[in-house]
Amino acid sequence: MDLQLISLQLFSGIALGAILIMLALGLSIIFGILGVVNFAHGSFFMVGAYAGVFFLGYTGNFWWALLLAPLVVGVLGLGVERLLIRPLYGRPVDDPILLTFGLSYVLVEGVRILFGTDGVPFDTPAALRGVTNIGIGYFPTYRLFVIGVVAVVLVALWLVLEKTKVGLIVRAGARDPQIMRVLGVDIQKLWLVVFGIGIGLAALGGVLAAPMRTVNPEMGNFVLSEAFVVTVIGGMGSLLGSVVAGLLVGIVVNMTSLVAPEMATIAMFAFMALVLLVRPHGLFGKPGFGT
Amino acid sequence: MTQTTKQGLSRRSLIKGTASVAALGVLGAPRIARADEGPIKIGFPVPITGPFGAEAKDQVKSAELAVKQFNAAGGLNGRLAELLVRDDKLNPGEAATRTLELIEKDKAHFIVGALSSAVQLSVNEVTRARGVIYISISQSDTINEAKDFSRFTFHEALNPQMTAGAVARHAFKKGQKVAYLAADYAYGHEMLAAFKRTAAPIGVETVGEVLHPFGAPDYSAFMPRLMSMKADILCICNFGRDQANSIKQAVDFGLKGPSKIVVPVLLHNQRLASSPDVFEGVVGGANYYWGIEDHNASAKTFNDAFRAAYNGAIPTDYGTYGYTAVRSLLMAVKEAGGTDTDKVITALEGLKYDVAKGPQSYRKCDHQSVQSVFVIESKKKSEMKTDADLFKVLATEAGDPATLRSCEQLGHKPS
Repeated sequence: MDLQLISLQLFSGIALGAILIMLALGLSIIFGILGVVNFAHGSFFMVGAYAGVFFLGYTGNFWWALLLAPLVVGVLGLGVERLLIRPLYGRPVDDPILLTFGLSYVLVEGVRILFGTDGVPFDTPAALRGVTNIGIGYFPTYRLFVIGVVAVVLVALWLVLEKTKVGLIVRAGARDPQIMRVLGVDIQKLWLVVFGIGIGLAALGGVLAAPMRTVNPEMGNFVLSEAFVVTVIGGMGSLLGSVVAGLLVGIVVNMTSLVAPEMATIAMFAFMALVLLVRPHGLFGKPGFGT
Repeated sequence: MTQTTKQGLSRRSLIKGTASVAALGVLGAPRIARADEGPIKIGFPVPITGPFGAEAKDQVKSAELAVKQFNAAGGLNGRLAELLVRDDKLNPGEAATRTLELIEKDKAHFIVGALSSAVQLSVNEVTRARGVIYISISQSDTINEAKDFSRFTFHEALNPQMTAGAVARHAFKKGQKVAYLAADYAYGHEMLAAFKRTAAPIGVETVGEVLHPFGAPDYSAFMPRLMSMKADILCICNFGRDQANSIKQAVDFGLKGPSKIVVPVLLHNQRLASSPDVFEGVVGGANYYWGIEDHNASAKTFNDAFRAAYNGAIPTDYGTYGYTAVRSLLMAVKEAGGTDTDKVITALEGLKYDVAKGPQSYRKCDHQSVQSVFVIESKKKSEMKTDADLFKVLATEAGDPATLRSCEQLGHKPS
């Protein structure tokens, strides 16, 4: 096995991890701050892809679709938090789980009614088609673009969280919502916005994934379990954990498929089990966090 | 979640799934006489909900057309046929329950249907125990092997050996190198085995085999390795969305230039769910393509009837199975002069039918429908005259029992 093959495999693992990071970030941010385990997250990923299809058809421009789909689905997320999730705060943790689980079925069925049970095509934008020589071999240009977009989103998110007042409130709110309330911060508004951002990130992941995979109503199912694995490995509620774990999972899956392709899916779960044995709260999780 | 049911269920879990049926004391119960008057009832369990909903709906449309034509022609001396459509939800347990209901409650005379191999096995268990004729329209042919076969079991769809064999004979050339990417469950394994069985005597070299998990959305992990094999042909053995996704990503990784992409069955609906640019030049097998009507009179008649019934729509590959299966059954009923199971079996075994794609007949030992296979290639966007003008037919392989696995290979006694 030559070095070029191994490095190319490693690189495609990073590209695979990039999409997982988008999903895991939203999942993690919502859990860390709201304490809600969002089982509808994969469905919002799928809805994001369909919103991308819709806006691509409407505007004929991939860039508009990439911008509009996450915004519109994020706004849908705001509505879901306000109308469905908010009444459940203070109730046992299984209540929002049941609600979002049911919601995921509603979203999938809704999309089936609107767009049909079959997949719909989503062409790779013309400018990003083909392969690019990255020194170690040829790699799909579009996947390079995805890595770039995810990197930009991560930097932007980091800047907002670390350098702005809003970010300060978000971080403080995650630690102790009670004190934040006492200090006069409107915690409900904060939760609303955080949920919207988490959903928007899932939708962005969906649009980004659309040209790589076909768009279909079930595309969110498998990806949800992958995203859960990533958040658990990274530590529930830890953003840095999501990023590191997303990359690690992508690389583990890809390196396994180099030696034993049949084991690729299992490798992800075995890796999770291994991490949990050594660090029961995940790589960057804190004991008892978020409960 | 419904997707997991398509995964090759083990025989054991299948039996567990049908345990509720067994609990009713039905398996092994004596055959009951069904009314030989009143409407001829055909039960039709297909996965209307779930990822293969589009295929199932096409099958229903085609089957309904066959029933309508039979009735319009006066039925069986005035006795009309009726199609009882049920949703099997792509779930073996659900399918067993619906089939049992069709037989017991609705008094269906015959069962036609099932798309997935696991569902087909489960329907076959019930019909076999009840002594009801079942014509399967699933691409897997495990029910034709001696251990699951019964004289009530018929198989209208192509089987893996027929499609993969025809494609390999046409697309593989002596001295070429072939790399395989196959789904790691029954369908992928059956197709892979069929390709390799055919490839060996042609003299092509297998340079690698990669198995991928069923339903994988991302194939990037397998691409660098497939690229490093430098094959002349990349043979992708998977079904449904896996096909569209894996072809798309192979194209993204630039594999289509150096290698020709070949699939056992080139799916009409997956081509539609993807773009012509992605599928351009991909070669695969098909039981039917509407475009054969230029050279095939039965296809022309079928297409015209379909267009007239459904606002100019054209029949799809999977849809056509519903038509050919129900038509052959009703022809046998006419031949038998009634719905008596034994007489209809004899009539089906002796039947020669040509209703959509050229001559077909059920082989005596395993009741597999021997029929033509079309080797088709996905067209370039610029070559498409209409939105439905998807493929060009590269070859038509006429039905020939010699291309099938022999009766002995399937475990049947030589007949």
